[in-house]
Amino acid sequence: MVNISIDKEGGSNLIKVIGEIDASSSIKLDDALKTTSDAGLPIVMNLEGLNYISSAGLGVFISYLEELKTKNIKFVLFGLQPAVKEVFDILGLNQIMNIVVTKEDALRIANEA
Amino acid sequence: MTQNLKIRLSLLAGLLSWLLYAFFDLYALFVAKYQLKVNLSDILPQIFLTTFILSTLVFYRYQITKADSINFLDLLWRVFITGLVTTIGSLVIKLFFFVFANSAFSQNPITINFFYHILVGLIIIFLVSTFVVWKRLILYQKSKNLLQLWSFFEYALLGSLIFDFFGNKFFTVNFNTVLIFLSGFSLILSFNLKWIAYLNFRQKWKSILFILLSGIYVYHFLVSLTDFSSTNKLSIDVIDRIYIDALFVFIILYAGISILVTLFNLPTSSVFEQKLKEAIDFQKLSQAIPSGQSESQTYDILLDSSMSAVFADAAFLKFSDEETTLCRNIDKNTINEIQASVKHSSVKAIIDFEFGGDFSNNKVSTSLNHSIFKSIIAMPIIVKGKQLGVLVLLQEVGDAFNREMVDIIIAFVSQASISIENFTLISEAIENERYQEQLKIAKTVQNSLLPSKLKFNADFEIVAESNAADEVGGDYYDMVESNEGIYNFIIGDVSGKGTSAAFNMAQMKGIFHSLVLQKGSPANFIMQANAALGMCLEKSSFITASYFQIDTVNKILCHVRAGHCPALYYSRSSNQIQLLESNGLGLGILRNSEYNQFVVEEKLNYHDGDILVAYTDGITEARSSENKLYGIEGLKESLAQYTSKSVEEIKSGIIKDLLVFLGDLKIEDDYTLSVIKFNSESNG
Repeated sequence: MVNISIDKEGGSNLIKVIGEIDASSSIKLDDALKTTSDAGLPIVMNLEGLNYISSAGLGVFISYLEELKTKNIKFVLFGLQPAVKEVFDILGLNQIMNIVVTKEDALRIANEA
Repeated sequence: MTQNLKIRLSLLAGLLSWLLYAFFDLYALFVAKYQLKVNLSDILPQIFLTTFILSTLVFYRYQITKADSINFLDLLWRVFITGLVTTIGSLVIKLFFFVFANSAFSQNPITINFFYHILVGLIIIFLVSTFVVWKRLILYQKSKNLLQLWSFFEYALLGSLIFDFFGNKFFTVNFNTVLIFLSGFSLILSFNLKWIAYLNFRQKWKSILFILLSGIYVYHFLVSLTDFSSTNKLSIDVIDRIYIDALFVFIILYAGISILVTLFNLPTSSVFEQKLKEAIDFQKLSQAIPSGQSESQTYDILLDSSMSAVFADAAFLKFSDEETTLCRNIDKNTINEIQASVKHSSVKAIIDFEFGGDFSNNKVSTSLNHSIFKSIIAMPIIVKGKQLGVLVLLQEVGDAFNREMVDIIIAFVSQASISIENFTLISEAIENERYQEQLKIAKTVQNSLLPSKLKFNADFEIVAESNAADEVGGDYYDMVESNEGIYNFIIGDVSGKGTSAAFNMAQMKGIFHSLVLQKGSPANFIMQANAALGMCLEKSSFITASYFQIDTVNKILCHVRAGHCPALYYSRSSNQIQLLESNGLGLGILRNSEYNQFVVEEKLNYHDGDILVAYTDGITEARSSENKLYGIEGLKESLAQYTSKSVEEIKSGIIKDLLVFLGDLKIEDDYTLSVIKFNSESNG
């Protein structure tokens, strides 16, 4: 189960994810990314509460990368737990996504021109 | 004899009988008048009158059974029309005597008798046809006793035809005895009026009208007959015939009682109609599913029949899992108002889908404090112990719903629930069957995708084991010798599980087998594989893979990691296990040439006794019952114990350790484990 909320903060859409993202709950992640990518503001994701992500969940992230790049929407993740970070790193996503530690860094990167 | 033939013959016999009756009667008068010496029996006209009656009886008996057996109103309509035609006939006769009132011609006994014969013919037609109709009505839903009683009555009437030959006059003792006896019988039989209950309100009014009009005909006929009788010029007066009188009495009695009973039944007919409709609705509900209708149709029937059963002004059906609400005479805003205005605790619980499971009358219906609606029934729809939805019925009048109404709604709802439950059970069974069948096919396909044997030479040995969690997995490994002494090994993991992952795996295999023959470097292979997969994978799918090229000629292991779990490499010379975690990106993540910049090729020289362990994340992401991750560390520790063993022993050792770690649990994901052990010394 996963709990996803969207707030506006510092000119960005802040998506907060708490729980686990597997094949069934990845639909919620997809909804959140769909809403925010349509809004056009930079997207910052707080993953401090994300305990686990399955390959289906990663697939959702990946499916938005291209779209966000074309729309020129900044996309920053922060607060990944070690196990989750490792999953992102092994897959190589750290090389093509903005992944930082703190919220401040994330918001700063998101608002860079 | 066919029905039609009987009808035609009886018609012919009737016509002939009437002609003969008229002829012989008039002939007898003629003989009497001119005092001719002709010996003609007086009995002849009597006989032909009787055969005329019998023929008419036979005629209508077949005629009426044939056409109408249950449509009561049609039967009454027939009586009305026959009466109309015969009455018009008798009115023409009346007109004749009115026009020629004072001429000698109209006073002539022959003229009078001739017209009297016509009138008698018309009256007998009306009486007999009405008699047969009454018979059909009385015998509707007949019992054995009733049938016996009726047969007795009919035989008695036939008997009276014979009695009439004795020429008893009206009001003689014998005559009256028989007439009273037959009238009594008629009265008893006249109380069989079951058909009236099956008429609806409109039909009842119509039948009252028809019977009343028929009553007027009867009155008119009686007046006409007595008029003729008073001339005292008749040779045969049918008023003196008990059969005719008894028919009149029977017809009048039954018509009178019918009208009274129908009148008294008028106020209750709506209730009867209502109950009949409920029964039909109930049947519709229980038949909704077997006849292949969908759930939504069942809900429609439920809503409409419930509304009409309790005379609800408005109703709606709300479902716990869906946004859709079926509404009748009500809009969404009013529904929200009503939900807010419910105070009654158990009704509120039902509407809010927190139903406790207690179905009693006062717990589902209450009064309402709302501007339009004052009464409410809220009935939970429960399928398999779960409240699927709620049926709400509303009335603008306070206290509009009584116990009976709630009972019928309970019956409706439970019938609908059963139908829906059956429907879901059937579709689930079919779905499951189909799913199992698909899995079987996919599993067969997948098994054929993995190599049954891995190629190797004297320089190294390799074993691999793969296991699918969901029958069908997304793990893939394969080995192809592209050049003499050049071995290409791939291990991959397709995102997701189940059938779709297995199909993507099949694509991976196709790509591997076609690209490996180009004899390119591992980096080249990964770049081209990414380009190929970018075109066929779904947007949210990706594949992680590690590609190893073992060059047994130069004793070099070259590898590229495309987002896959880093392989473990044990070097015997240093007795260390290192991770082959060069940079890389999963296949299908970037679907353009930008991807290529993330492909990193690494080379190392292998030595005797070195070990390569490649695996998929099913192993490292396995969790113990304490939710502890096995991880790369767990795998590393396990491998360290078996470095001196053979490939087969290493593989089974690692799997055994993993199972010990898991305890009672099973591995949730697909997993693949392959072990390669190098043996370079053997080559010399």
